[in-house]
Amino acid sequence: MIISVLSGKGGTGKTTVATNLARVLDSAAYVDCDVEEPNGFLFLKPALDVRERVSIPVPSISEEKCTACGTCVEWCQFNALAAVNNKVIKFPQLCHGCGLCSLVCPEKAVREVPREIGIIETGTFNHSVFLHGILNTGEPLAVPIIKRLVSGINKITAQHVVIDCPPGSSCSVIAAVENSDCCLLVTEPTPFGLHDLAIAVELIRSMNIPAGVIINKADKQSRMIKDYCTAQDIPVLLEIPFSKSIAAAYSRGEMITENNEVLENSFKSLGIQLEALINESSCYS
Amino acid sequence: MKIAISAEGKDLNSSVDPRFGRCSYIIIADSDSKGFEVYDNPGIQSTQGAGIQAAQFVAKKKAESLITGKVGPNALQILDSAGIKVYNGTGLTAAEVIDCFKDDMLSRVNEPGEAHAGLKYRHGRSQGW
Repeated sequence: MIISVLSGKGGTGKTTVATNLARVLDSAAYVDCDVEEPNGFLFLKPALDVRERVSIPVPSISEEKCTACGTCVEWCQFNALAAVNNKVIKFPQLCHGCGLCSLVCPEKAVREVPREIGIIETGTFNHSVFLHGILNTGEPLAVPIIKRLVSGINKITAQHVVIDCPPGSSCSVIAAVENSDCCLLVTEPTPFGLHDLAIAVELIRSMNIPAGVIINKADKQSRMIKDYCTAQDIPVLLEIPFSKSIAAAYSRGEMITENNEVLENSFKSLGIQLEALINESSCYS
Repeated sequence: MKIAISAEGKDLNSSVDPRFGRCSYIIIADSDSKGFEVYDNPGIQSTQGAGIQAAQFVAKKKAESLITGKVGPNALQILDSAGIKVYNGTGLTAAEVIDCFKDDMLSRVNEPGEAHAGLKYRHGRSQGW
C-alpha cells in the first residue's frame, strides 16, 4: 500500500505523521518528496549510503551554427530562450527540459546537455528503505526530482511505502501523490488549516484517491474541521492532541509515538483504517 | 526618440505600471511628437518568464528606452543586450514621464528588482511544471 501524506497548508505536521507512520507500520519504507526542505531524516535518522545526482536536459547552442532565426524561441513554451540583437539568450532555470528547441532548430545548432538540479539519497532506518530528494537551493523546478523519487518506489519490496509530500497543492504535490493507493490529509484546527484542507480534498478527489483526515494540534476548535469532514463525507482517522509534551518531543527530534503508547496504537490502527478505506472505495468504483 | 512605457491603461493619462513583466499594457511613444501606439503586454499570460517576453517585445518594437518601475533580472539581461536604457517612472502618468524623460529628470534602473515579484500570491512554494 502506497500512502501519501499531504496537507495543503504547510507546517500542519506532515512529516510528524509520515515518519511516525513509517516507524509503527510493519515493513514500511519512507520517501521524503518535500525536496525543497526535506526533514524526515531528522526524525528517522537513517544511515544514508547512496547518493545520486538528478539532472534535467537543457539546450547548449552552437554559436557557429546558430543563425538567431528565433525558431527555438517561438516554440519554447517556458520562455527559457530569447532572441535579441541576432543572438539567442538562454535562461536555464526556466527550462523544463522538454527538448523541443533541439527538434525544431533548422540549423541543428541545439544540443541537449544535462544540468544538475539536485540529488537523491538512499539509505535505511530500522531495516527499512529511506529515500529523500534534495533540490539545490535557488532551483525552481522540484518536479523532476519528485518524479525520479516516485519512479523508484516500484523497486521497494516493503509492504508499505509512506510518501511525505511537499506542502501546497501545486504540480509538485500532484507528482508525489500520483501513484498512491490512499492519502492522509493532515490539518490543524485553524481557518487557514481548513481553507487549505478543502483545496487538498479537491485535488485528491480529482485524482480519485481515497483519503482520510488527521487533525493535528487538536483542541476545542477541531469542531470546524469535523463539521467540514462530515459535510464532505471524509473520515477523520486520528486526532493528535495539542500538547506541550508532544511539541517538546518533536523539538528534540524524537518520534512522538516512541514514548506514548496511546499514540503508538492510534498510528498502528491507521494502517488498518486506510486498508478499509481503499477496499470501500474500490467497491464503489 | 522611441520609448516604451509599462502602463496600467491604454492612453497617456494612465499611470505607469510599476511591474514590468506583468504590466497591463505597453505604450510605445515618440518622445518628440507624443504620438503613441498601445499594445497588450504579451508576457502577462505567461506562467513563467513574463518579463522575458515583455522585454523581447520592447526590443522588437525598436524602443531605445523603457520607462517602468521594477524590472526582474532576466528581463534586464535582455534589455541590456538590446541596448535599451531603463528608467523609473513609478507614481507618474505616461504623459508626465514623457516630459520628465525629455527633461532628463528620471532616474536610471541599473539593478534588477526581485525575481518573480508578480507571482507573490501564488499558492504553494513551487513553480509550475
